[in-house]
Amino acid sequence: MIQFDTVHKRFPNGTTAVHDLTLDMPEGGVTVLVGSSGCGKTTTLRMINRMVEPTSGTIKVGGKDVTRQDAAELRRSIGYVIQQSGLFPHRTVLDNIATVPLLLGHGRRKARARAAELLETVGLTAEAGKRYPHQLSGGQQQRVGVARALAADPPVLLMDEPFGAVDPVVRTQLQDELLRLQKELNKTIVFVTHDVDEAVRLGDRIAIFRTGGHLVQCAPPAELLARPADDFVADFLGAERGLKLLSLKTLAEVPQGPAPDGGAWTLVRDEAGQPTHWRSADALELPVRPLKDGDSLLAALDESLASPTGLVARVDADGVLTGVTSRDDIHRHAGRAHAEARVAA
Amino acid sequence: MTIDWSWISGHTDDLTTLTVSHLQAALSAVFFGLLISLPLAVVAHRVRPLRGFLLGLSNVLFTIPSIAIFVLLLPVSGLTRTTTVIGLTVYTLVVLLRNTVEGLDSVPAKTKEAAKAMGTRPLRTLLTVELPLALPVIMAGVRIATVMSISLVSVATYIGDGGLGQLFTDGFQRDFPTPVIVGVVLTLLLAVVADALLVALQYVLTPWRRRRA
Repeated sequence: MIQFDTVHKRFPNGTTAVHDLTLDMPEGGVTVLVGSSGCGKTTTLRMINRMVEPTSGTIKVGGKDVTRQDAAELRRSIGYVIQQSGLFPHRTVLDNIATVPLLLGHGRRKARARAAELLETVGLTAEAGKRYPHQLSGGQQQRVGVARALAADPPVLLMDEPFGAVDPVVRTQLQDELLRLQKELNKTIVFVTHDVDEAVRLGDRIAIFRTGGHLVQCAPPAELLARPADDFVADFLGAERGLKLLSLKTLAEVPQGPAPDGGAWTLVRDEAGQPTHWRSADALELPVRPLKDGDSLLAALDESLASPTGLVARVDADGVLTGVTSRDDIHRHAGRAHAEARVAA
Repeated sequence: MTIDWSWISGHTDDLTTLTVSHLQAALSAVFFGLLISLPLAVVAHRVRPLRGFLLGLSNVLFTIPSIAIFVLLLPVSGLTRTTTVIGLTVYTLVVLLRNTVEGLDSVPAKTKEAAKAMGTRPLRTLLTVELPLALPVIMAGVRIATVMSISLVSVATYIGDGGLGQLFTDGFQRDFPTPVIVGVVLTLLLAVVADALLVALQYVLTPWRRRRA
């Protein structure tokens, strides 16, 4: 969908931001560009919609060379979300979202109707549409930024550290929302971040850049974590990259057995069958964090360490206990996940 | 100093004419001042090397004594309203130009960048993003320029114009304080009312600034 062919960018001050980049970003996938600041990831992103012009090489979107198109029209056909949202402070939320449809000449009424629809898509109330950006929280503003980028239904979405300025809790929420939206909309997304965890969570493919604008490795997250191309990548992913790999695997395939009853520890349930806490023979009570099939192996490992028995309580979608899984089983599957990732790579 | 109330009631028509004429001169100056400042400010904002030159020029013009300006203009436009308005316009430039440039400077880079990235062309960005966001600073300049012009109109009495300023010469020449006091009060009133109307106008034009969270 987006193809970089030996793209080079040198700024007038002589610094090379992007060095002979050749990279394909597949249609309907999330490609995350990561690297420390000054590695050229943002410049790479901004060359796609011609906010920055390449010094040499070609960039094609949907098979068409971007530099041969009218820049303004090209930009209207590509969604763009920036850090701290970059919303227009003098326009209501609804009018902010309607920006591109208005530029495309869709007419105010139609553009606003589309904007109202998108408010709901990104999880905001109709009432929020009448407000001005400064009246919203940072997380809400970021949602509006996403809605604005989606307004003209562009096939490509560029996101430049969109969740960089919100607190970790909101950040996780926004990431979840993006994944949910992406399942529905199937856009080609290019996402820039310096946060490895964010890259692993969101990316179908991760491209790691090194200072000087060199692309070091581009691979699916599991492959990247299991087989980093060199020490730079390994360092960048961090010492606990093995644990990060576990965050990509779910509990679904790990077997479960019946919950212990009458031993040193009992898993207490309420009338609905939902686990509430662990109780020991001498009436000591400890909390339990039940996990669903969709939760990650990393979460399971974490819970198995916290659990007094090493057992993880498993529940169905309604929170009703289905069984427990032992620390050993989790370990075994974690090891297998690593082996598989290495073989696949 | 006593006020001769009967003089006032006997001259309401004259006072109305003078007040209207006074206001017209001041507002024309602000209008033409804006007409000149807006494009110049856009140039000064976008072309950095010209910025210092244009702002410096408006400063220099401001330092020319008002009487001198009128005298310089006499061969061009004579003893007319045009001369008054040109003279006053020159003085509004220093505030209007500077505030408009500063207003445009105050628009966050992130917002302009977003407009560009959405596919807005430069002229549309200027008209629908930059100028609206610069409006509060521009309006601050318009308020100063308006009040300043209202007080300056009287100087044009030297060339036979001057609106309410004519009341001062009239009063001084006849050693009769009533017209002077009335002139001062009316000038003050004009300034206060005009300023209040501009504040109201700005409130209407900038709905996003009303409810600060």
